[in-house]
Amino acid sequence: MKKSVFFGALAATTVLAGSAFAGTLDDVKARGELICGVNVGLTGFGAPDATGAYVGFDVDLCKAVAAAVLGDAAKVKYVPTTGETRFTALASGEVDVLIRNSTWTFSRDTDLKFDFVAVNYYDGQGFMVKKDLGVSSAKELDGATVCIQTGTTTELNLADFFKSNNITYTPVNVADDSEALRQYDAGACDAYTTDASGLAASRASLASPADHIILPEIISKEPLGPVVRHGDNNWGDIVRWTYYALLTAEEKGVTKANIDQVASSTTDPEIKRLLGLEGDMGAMMGLDKDWSRRAIAVSGNYGEIFEAHIGTSTPIGLARGLNALWTQGGLQYAPPIR
Amino acid sequence: MTLATEPPKANFRLGMLIYDTRYRSYTIQIIVLILFLLGVAWLANNTIENLAAKDKDINFGFLWNRAGYDIDQHLVPYTNDSTHFQALLVGLCNTLLVAVIGCFLSTILGVTIGVLRLSKNWLLSRMMTVYIELFRNVPVVLWIILVYAVLSETRPEPKDFKIVDGTSKASMILNDSFAITNRGTNVPSPLLEHPLPRIELGGYSLNLSVLACIFVVAASIWINRILRRRAAATQEATGIRPTTWWKSLLILFVPIIALLFAMGLHWDYPAFKGFNFKGGLNVAHAFTALTVALTLYYASVIAETVRAGIQAISKGQSEAAAALGLRPGRTMNLVILPQALRVIIPPLISQYLSLTKDTSLGLAVSYLDLRGTLGGITLNQTGRELECMTLMMLIYLIISLIISSVMNAYNASVKLKER
Repeated sequence: MKKSVFFGALAATTVLAGSAFAGTLDDVKARGELICGVNVGLTGFGAPDATGAYVGFDVDLCKAVAAAVLGDAAKVKYVPTTGETRFTALASGEVDVLIRNSTWTFSRDTDLKFDFVAVNYYDGQGFMVKKDLGVSSAKELDGATVCIQTGTTTELNLADFFKSNNITYTPVNVADDSEALRQYDAGACDAYTTDASGLAASRASLASPADHIILPEIISKEPLGPVVRHGDNNWGDIVRWTYYALLTAEEKGVTKANIDQVASSTTDPEIKRLLGLEGDMGAMMGLDKDWSRRAIAVSGNYGEIFEAHIGTSTPIGLARGLNALWTQGGLQYAPPIR
Repeated sequence: MTLATEPPKANFRLGMLIYDTRYRSYTIQIIVLILFLLGVAWLANNTIENLAAKDKDINFGFLWNRAGYDIDQHLVPYTNDSTHFQALLVGLCNTLLVAVIGCFLSTILGVTIGVLRLSKNWLLSRMMTVYIELFRNVPVVLWIILVYAVLSETRPEPKDFKIVDGTSKASMILNDSFAITNRGTNVPSPLLEHPLPRIELGGYSLNLSVLACIFVVAASIWINRILRRRAAATQEATGIRPTTWWKSLLILFVPIIALLFAMGLHWDYPAFKGFNFKGGLNVAHAFTALTVALTLYYASVIAETVRAGIQAISKGQSEAAAALGLRPGRTMNLVILPQALRVIIPPLISQYLSLTKDTSLGLAVSYLDLRGTLGGITLNQTGRELECMTLMMLIYLIISLIISSVMNAYNASVKLKER
C-alpha cells in the first residue's frame, strides 16, 4: 500500500495544479476577483498597513490590473508569498499574477515556464551593515556572517561575489524578508543582503535607520517585474499593457488628478488612444474601451505610484535613477500604444 | 452387476462466482485489485497529463548541475561549485547527524527519567512527572523555537568578546576555550600534527585519520568483550570472577590515546578576529536548538514508554530478586530491565522514527537539513517541485525503513526465546 499512498500524494499535488490553467482572463472575470501574489511584508513595495490592507508600489499595479479587467480596484485578493513559495503559488494557479519583487532570469523564464511581462523596477543587489561595524565597502566583509533570503537570485549572487573577491562568509539562510531583517536587527548576522530597493525599504522600517548604512557596491542586475504563467499569452498581454499604460501616462503627463480634464480636452492622438477615446484597443485583448483609463485613475501614473510609496519624499527615499523615464535618462520605456 | 454411476458433474455457471463460497472470495479480490490498479493508473495518467499541459517533464538531470549556493554546516566536502546532488548529501548528513545524536541522548535521558519517575522518593518522582507532562504536551516545534530564541536573544554578540583596553563586555568560559555568542557556540576543534594521508576515492577524499580512530576504538571494544566473556566463563566454572576492571581500562583507552599522541593531537582554540570567532569549530544555534529540543521532547515520550515497560513486569519478580538478596540496583539491571525491554522496544522504534522525521522541523530555525537543501533551496532554484518532493519522500522512507528493520532485528534478539 505504500506505493499507492505515494502516488496519491503525487497526483493530489498535480490535480490541484492543473485545474486553473488556461484562460486566466475568463477565470478572473467569472470569479469577479483578481488574485495577486504579493510580498509577505516589504514596506513600500507590498505590506499590510495599520488597518491590515495591503499597500505599496507592487500592490498598486495589482489594483491597476484589477481596475482594467474588472472595473474595480478593490476586487483584489492579496496572497502573501515568501521567496520560497511564490513560484509554486503561481505555477499551481493559486495566484493569477505575481507582483512581488521577482527577478527576471533566463531559467525562470524558460525552465520554470513563466513569462516576465515587463520590468517595473530596475534593481541591483546590495549590502546593509550596522554603522558601528566600521565597514565602508562590501569587499571588507571577509569572515562576516550574512543573512540571506533562500530561494532567491541574491543567494546565488552572494556566493559568486564572495568567491570572485576571494573572501569568505557564513550564510544564514532565512525564509523571508521580515525574518531576515529580525535576525539582522538582533545581531545574528553582520550584514543583510537583498535588492538595494529592498534594503532601503527594510532600513526605513528599523528602529533607528541612521545607525545602518547601505554599502556602495551593487553586485548584480535585478530586473524586477510582474510574472504570469507561460502559455496564457492574452493574460500576459493584459498585465504588460496595463503596466505600459501607466508608464505612457507619465510620459504624456496624464495624472490621477487631471485624467478627466485631459480626456475632454486633448487633441494628442496617442493620449486619445491611451484613454480609449479613439480606436478600440481594449477589445483586442478581450477588455472594454476604458480599461486603461480606469487603471490610471486608481493611483495615478507610474511616477505618481513611485513617489507615493518609495520616492524621495517617503521614509524609504529611493531616487528614480534607472527607473526614470527614457526621456529623462532612465530605462523605463513603453512601446507605442497603437 | 453394478451400475457405474458417475458423480453428477457440476456445470460451472457464471453465477457461481458470486453465490458459490468457493469462488466468491477470489471474485471479490480480483475486482478490488482491478479497481485499485485503475485508480493508480488514473493518478499516474493525471500527473503526466497535467505536467504535459504545463509543458513540464519529469527529469532528474538538474541534480548534476552546479548548485551555486553556500551551506554553513557541511560534514562532507562542499562548495558552491558542487552539484545539487552533493548539496542533497550535505543535507542528508545534517539530517542524520541530528537524528543520531537526538536518538542517543533522548534514550539515555528518557530511560533515566522513566526509572526515576517510579522512584519511591516523592519529590524526585513528582519532578519527573512535571517534566514529562510539560514537554510531551507542547508541540515540539514550539520547543525548537523557544530554545533557539533563548540562545540567540540572551547571548552577547561576537563583537562583545572583543578585548578593548584589556577588558571585554563578554567573556569566554572554561579557561577561554568556549564562547557562546548569539550566533553559535564556538568550541575548540581537534587538529593533528602528522595526520594520515587522505585517500581520493571517485571525487571524494576519505579521511584516513578518522577511519583509523574508529577502527582502533572498535577493536578495543571487541577485545574488551572477549575479556569479559572469558571472565564470565571463569566465574561459571570456579565461582570466582577474576578482577578485570584495570585490564578493561587499559584495553579501552591506551591504544586510542597512543594513536592520537602519535598523530600529534592538539586543539585549535577559537579567538575573536575581525567580525567573528576564527579557528575552532562553530556550532550554529540552529543545530543546537534542534538537537536539544528534540532530545528533551522525545526523552519525555521515551520515559513514559520505559515506565510502562517496567510496570508491566509483575511485582513478584522484584520480590523474588529481593528474597535472593539482590540489591535494588542489581534487581533493576539484571531482572527487571531485561524483561521490560521486550515491552519497551516496539514503541521505542516508532519514537525513533518520529524523531528522525521531526528533524525536518529544523526549517523553523533555518537548519539546512535534507528539507532545507533538497526540499528548500534546490527546489526553489531549479523549480523542480515534483522531482525534489518525490526524491525527498523516498529518502525519508528509506531512512525510516532502515531504522525500523534494524530495531526489529534487535527486538527479535531480546524477545522471549521459547524453547
